[in-house]
Amino acid sequence: MKSPNPTISGGVGLIVRGLRKSFGDQEVIRGIDFEVRPGEIFVIMGPSGSGKSVLLKHLIGLETPDAGEILINHEPITTPEIAAKYRMALVFQSGALLNSLTVGENVGLYLTEHRLNTAEEIEKIVAEKLADVGLKDAIHKMPGELSGGMKKRAAIARALVIRPQLILYDEPTSELDPISSVVIGNEILGLNRRIGVTSLVVSHDRDLAFGVADRIAVMSEGKILTISTPAEVKNFKDPLVQNFLNADFKREN
Amino acid sequence: MLLFWRTLQALPQAWRQRQKVMEQFFEIGNASLLMVCILSFFIGGVIALNFGPALVERSLASAVGGVVGLAIAKELAPVMMAILIAGRIGSAMAAEIGSMRVYQEIDALRTMNINPIHYLVLPRILALAAALPMLVIFSILIGWFGGSVVANFNHLMDIPFRVFFANMKDIVELGDVVNGVFKSFCFAVIIGTVSCHQGLTTIGGPRGIGRSVTKAVVNSIVLIVIFDYILTRFLLK
Repeated sequence: MKSPNPTISGGVGLIVRGLRKSFGDQEVIRGIDFEVRPGEIFVIMGPSGSGKSVLLKHLIGLETPDAGEILINHEPITTPEIAAKYRMALVFQSGALLNSLTVGENVGLYLTEHRLNTAEEIEKIVAEKLADVGLKDAIHKMPGELSGGMKKRAAIARALVIRPQLILYDEPTSELDPISSVVIGNEILGLNRRIGVTSLVVSHDRDLAFGVADRIAVMSEGKILTISTPAEVKNFKDPLVQNFLNADFKREN
Repeated sequence: MLLFWRTLQALPQAWRQRQKVMEQFFEIGNASLLMVCILSFFIGGVIALNFGPALVERSLASAVGGVVGLAIAKELAPVMMAILIAGRIGSAMAAEIGSMRVYQEIDALRTMNINPIHYLVLPRILALAAALPMLVIFSILIGWFGGSVVANFNHLMDIPFRVFFANMKDIVELGDVVNGVFKSFCFAVIIGTVSCHQGLTTIGGPRGIGRSVTKAVVNSIVLIVIFDYILTRFLLK
């Protein structure tokens, strides 16, 4: 297990070109191109089943594309040294904390397994990162004892320990109440401002997207419909985009 | 086979993972020791009960100890214990790793550049490879004891302990015990590899986990029986 170079800091740029992916007969990603600038908060929005989560898995190397390429700071993600060179983290939709470990052990797992610090230092870093996300008291709890929002915050703390240069969030506010969603949204913004991490957020939460994004991409059926600033996306005339952004229901009397 | 090869390649990481190996080792021993004792005692007893009276009838009472000793050391202890461990520990391994796969915990490990083979598979296979031979040694001793108790107290045999063990000493050699223990080591590697592989390739939800557990146990048992024949043939003097 190679551990990333801790001397490189600051956000990294991400370029996706001509990405395609099929599962059986179903083409889930149909030729996607976009660029995320270093230090930017880039949000990919779109309805469920539009291919957002699959795209995210490609960006962190959990899936291999059928065609196209992904570049981190202009280097292909398939380069063997990429994991050793750049620090990337994914905050899973479910948190994906290891259920057999305590919250503290989960957060410190990266450092423990890569032996980057002494046990005392790891303990200190873990306490610090948990305090950053408001979970100081949960250090000895098991993931099963946490609420949905707390799990996501613990997952963010686990990602922070890596000191990421690129952080990917998969539906960070799904299943959360509005107050917890605001906490997570502020967390994403705060992290970006504090450590300059490039953040890519995949979400269908309109409030979150327009609240945190520098730029927004709207995806539908495996394609990107538009990439613009939040204000421009709101005024984008495409009916699919407008349908998604203005979907609402009212009870008829 | 691929997983087994990758685990072999990960062997230099074994010392680094020693704490996890010890945790798994304790888990396996703790979960299985009582069951091993009960099973082995009655296996020894039933072998004495099946063969003893027939041998005594043919004036071969002095051979009962040897027959029981040999059957347990070379065949029954390694195979039965391997089947027990496949059912008890292999199933638990497949379920645990399977649920980690389904709930994206393994993906999370990968995103942290932690190799699941180093972190999950290697410690489990090493712990099994160390624990099963030890359990089998234990099982052989308890099995012999069970056989001697039945041979002694069953009215069809009435073979004193002294005679039973003297005959066993004449017939059973250290090599026979080593033979059984070596087989159990191979079975442990089979159980660990098959169970971890099933866990890592789990797809779907809870039903997928159930399917993986069943396949881990069934495939392990089938491979144990096939390799039992191959190893026995190979180890035959």
